Formats: sequence, structure tokens, C-alpha cells
Amino acid sequence: MGTVLNVESVSRSFDGRRVLDNVSFAVPGGKLTGFVGANGAGKTTTMRIILGVLAADSGAVRLGGEPVTREIRRRFGYMPEERGLYPKMTITDQVVYLGRLHGLTPAAAAERTARLLDRLGLGERAGEKLEKLSLGNQQRAQVAAALVHDPEVLVLDEPFSGLDPLAVEVMVDVLRERAAGGVPVLFSSHQLELVERLCDELVIIADGVIRAAGDRASLRARHASPRYEVVVDADAGWLRDQPGVTLIELDGPRAVFDLADGADDQKVLLAALERGPVRAFGPVVPSLTEIFREVVR
Amino acid sequence: MNTYAAAQVVAGREIRVKLRDKTFLFSTVFFLLFSIAITVIPAVLAGGPSSVAVADRATASRLEQADLEVRVVADDAAAEKLVRDGDVDAAVVTGPEVLAMQDRPGEVVRALSTEPPVRLLDPDSVDPFLAYVVPFGLAFVFFFTSFMFGLQIAQSVTEEKQSRIVEILVASVPARALLAGKVAALTVLAFAQVALIAIVTLAGARLAGLDRGMLHALQPAIGWFVAFFVVGFVMLAAAWAAVGALASRPEELNSTSQPVQMLVMLPFLAVIFLGENPTAMGILSYVPFSAPVAMPVRIFNGDAAGWEPFATLVLMAITAVGLLAVGERIYEGSLLRTNGKTSWATAWRTRSTA
Repeated sequence: MGTVLNVESVSRSFDGRRVLDNVSFAVPGGKLTGFVGANGAGKTTTMRIILGVLAADSGAVRLGGEPVTREIRRRFGYMPEERGLYPKMTITDQVVYLGRLHGLTPAAAAERTARLLDRLGLGERAGEKLEKLSLGNQQRAQVAAALVHDPEVLVLDEPFSGLDPLAVEVMVDVLRERAAGGVPVLFSSHQLELVERLCDELVIIADGVIRAAGDRASLRARHASPRYEVVVDADAGWLRDQPGVTLIELDGPRAVFDLADGADDQKVLLAALERGPVRAFGPVVPSLTEIFREVVR
Repeated sequence: MNTYAAAQVVAGREIRVKLRDKTFLFSTVFFLLFSIAITVIPAVLAGGPSSVAVADRATASRLEQADLEVRVVADDAAAEKLVRDGDVDAAVVTGPEVLAMQDRPGEVVRALSTEPPVRLLDPDSVDPFLAYVVPFGLAFVFFFTSFMFGLQIAQSVTEEKQSRIVEILVASVPARALLAGKVAALTVLAFAQVALIAIVTLAGARLAGLDRGMLHALQPAIGWFVAFFVVGFVMLAAAWAAVGALASRPEELNSTSQPVQMLVMLPFLAVIFLGENPTAMGILSYVPFSAPVAMPVRIFNGDAAGWEPFATLVLMAITAVGLLAVGERIYEGSLLRTNGKTSWATAWRTRSTA
């Protein structure tokens, strides 16, 4: 469901320094795709190139297989890392203005602005100047600015940074709602726990190179060695001597261990059962933080 | 939506914002009052036609023919009383003798005397006072309006950079549309202000009873001036936008806009100081930056041939196209560089938007 946004072999240098090197990944429609990487890894540059704010030295951006043109980009929604709106304009005026720049008629822009501001809890503040609002409300206005034209693609650079917890929830709801409508949603963040909670798809970038991309489950399968947890009644120290087992953590009857390639987890389970009752045995799903550490190493 | 439609939306916002801007409204009112003042006040100070009291019917009709305000009274004593009471400026009593309090009533005397015929050898030559005031006035209006509105283009660009909204804007519409919208909006406003000043000045001159021949010389000069103003303003508008984009904060605008300030200031000073020198003015009227003032002045003085303003306009239009292209490139190349001032060379080299 939904169209796919593809970034294909995009490279870009600034003053001879290569910032993006052959970057390719897909942002499927209908899903939330998290874009993670350290500061300076190339997230913002990639997003700017998707939006056409910056030109790529080589490579292409496609939507549904078609090269993205100015006209198609007009239907994208964008929230830059450096937030900004007109401080002295009322919220309504500027959201309507941005809607019109995206090609809405004055009436449609006004109608959608009113609806969106209500939805974001800004209905009562709609007539106030931006500079009079609290930081949290300014962020909401920023969200409205990105969504007013019902974008077909959403690209958000650090949408959660600086949000209060309530605003984070509003933002999460809004993003999910858009994704449910079939829109490809790409957002960057360095709050890995949040990305882990939200994202179906992940793109990991380091030093301008895509290190991993794909859905979360397959990334885990691919980028973390199989890890298990076992809980028995007695001390689990014997695991140390099992073939193929690398003990990661041992806490009396509870142990976490990695299995070498080709080693059989069922054999380990049998060995445990021979020594007494087994209370728990199963694979440990590595957290995104662990995957990230593994991938960018 | 194409670039043109986007530019219209941008221009619409700029105009709405400016029309609510108190500084803008204040400056417009100030300029209007100023132009009313310089045309009307001298006339008011000069007073209306002199009033004169007279008893004799025949004399009265002679004075009336000279456009004086005549009050016919019963006798010479009544006429003298009116002068003494300050009700009239002068009286004509039997003799004929002209009575007045302190000043010699020249108009009354002239109306009663027979003047020898006068033949002007250079009838087009301009009143020396106006010959001095008109170039100064045109230069002044051009300089201040062009400078003020130009600076506002630059400021509005810098504000968008400083508030960081510019990235959202260029993600929505081509940078070219932003530039075109701003230039169009401020040109319309500047034109409206200058046209208003022109109309008020001409109307004021008419009301103040300026000599018909003078109006005849002033009208084409002012008409051409408005046309030259628009082309001259557009010529520099993109350059103003470019220097606005080079700055990342309003404080930097003063230094980034220096070159454009010079392009406005130097021609202004040149016209002021070289206004009396026909050769210099001839050259200045063909230099695109000083032409908007120098050419209308030459037209006013009757020094320019009929084709000359057109030739200058073509030159200015060509310069405008060149400067718009350069301005656009600098503007696009520096728009997203929000860390400090951007140099001209960097902006020129940067390929910014896709």
C-alpha cells in the first residue's frame, strides 16, 4: 500500500569533502521510517536533497519510480531541522500562506489550516502572533506548517527534538495517522528509544554511507548475532563450557549468551533440561541502540 | 502552480505585511506632507492676489482685469480707511494715487501703468529657482524612495534567513519565485508612493497657481521621472535581495549592502553637484544608475532630444536584465547559508537548489 520514495545512489560533496557517498534507501508508503545516525553523518543533507533544497552531485530521488520534479516536490511536507516561521505573523496567516505556496486555493488553505490547528490543539491561539506562543506551541505551529497541504510524502528532520512529552504524543499520533493514509514518512532522530518504539523501517547512516536499511526485524536478524536468555533454578555457570556459547551475562540462575554460527540452540536447551527445570528460554531481541552500535562500529 | 503563480502569492504577502507596517505608513504620509509643503507653502506665504479698494468705477474695472481683488467703496476716505484697518492691501484714490501701509504694492502699480512690450529671446529657459529646486527634488525623491524600498527588500530577505523559515519556503517554491515576488511587491509599493508624490506635487503646483509655462515644463519631467524610477528601481531590486541573502542577521546587512548603497548614493551626489554642468549631466543621463534622475532633469531643462529618454530606458532595461541575473544567482547561492556572512564569491559558486 502506498507509493515508495527511493533515494538512489546520491552523492554530495561540500568543498571537496564527501558528505554523502552513494546513498540509497527506500521509504515505503504507509510506514514510518526512522533515519538514524550520529551528528554530521549526513541525515540533514540527505533530507535536503530529497526536498530539492540542495542539489545532489549525482544520483536521483524517485517517487513511485518517477524522478521527483519540482511539481511533485510541491506535494511533499517538510520540517527542517532548523525550525522557523515568521515571528510577527499570526499562526493562521502563516500556515495559510504556506498552504498557498504549496498550491492550495485561498479557501482550501483557510479551511485546512483551521482544521489542522484544532487538531493540534492550537485552535484558540490561531489568531496570535507566533512570537507570543510558548515554545511547545511554536513547535505545533511548525507541524501544522508541514502538514497543511496534506502532503503525499513527509520528511521531518528531528521532529521530536525540543518537544514536551505531550507534544511528542501529538506528533506521534499525527505521523501514524499520515502513514496509515499510505504516505511515506521519513524522520530523523537521535532519540533511539523513540525511533525503536515508532518505526517499522530503519535507515542507519554513518559518515555519509548507509550502513543498514530495511525493516526492523530483518535488520535485527542480520546485524546482531543470535542472543539468548535462559533462566534455570540453579547456577547457570555451566553454560561457559557448552560448545558455541559465548557467555555475555551471568547472574546466578539467569544467563545471557550468544551462539556461534551453526550452533544449535535446542542442544543448549536440552543440556539445560538435563541439569534441572528450565524456567525460561528464548532469543533476546536486541535493542535499536545495540543494533546501531553494531552497525556503525 | 507555476513560478508566476507562486511569485504572486509571495508578492501578496509582502504587500499585506508592508501595508500593516507602521514605519511604512509613516514614511508615506511624511513624503506626501513634504511634497505638499514644498509646493503649497510658498504659494500660501506669497498670499493670494492683492486686495485693493477703489471709488472710481473705471479704475476698478482696470484693476479687475489685472486679476486683483477689488472692493468698490463710496469715496476716497472710505478706501483709505480700509487700508488703515488692514482690510485691503492698497487703495487707489483720486489723482490717481496709490495708498499702502508699508510695502509698495507692485501689482497695483503695474496694473495702472502702461508697460513697454517685452520680447523674450530664450523663452524656454527655466525659472532659476525651479531650475535649482527640481533636480534636487527629483534626486532626493529617487534617492530616498529607492534606498528605503531597496533596503526593505534586503531586510525582508534577511528576516526570512534569520527566522529560518527560508528553508521551508525554498522547499515549497523555487527561490526565483520568492525573489520575483519580493521584487514585484516592493516595486509596486515604491511606484505607488512615487506616483502619489508626483500627483500631489503636480496638483499642488496647479492649486498654488504655478505659472502655466512652468507646469508645462514640469509635467513631462515628472512623468518621465516616474517611468525611469520604476525601471531604475527594478534594476537594483535583485541586487538588494542578493545583499540581503548574503547577511545572516540584520546587523550584517549594513556591510553586505554597502556596494548597492554606493550604487544609489554616488549617482545622487553626482546629480546634486554636477547638475549645473550640461556635459556632465549628458553623461550622467546615460549611466544607468544616475539616468533615473539625470535624464528627467535634462528633459525639464529642455536639453534632451525626444529620442534620448527612450535610448536611456533601453540601456537601463539591459542593465536591469543583467543585474537581475547576477542578483538571482547570488540570492540563491547564499539563501541557505545561515552561518554568518556569505562572501560574493562563495555565493556565486554555490549551486544551491535542485
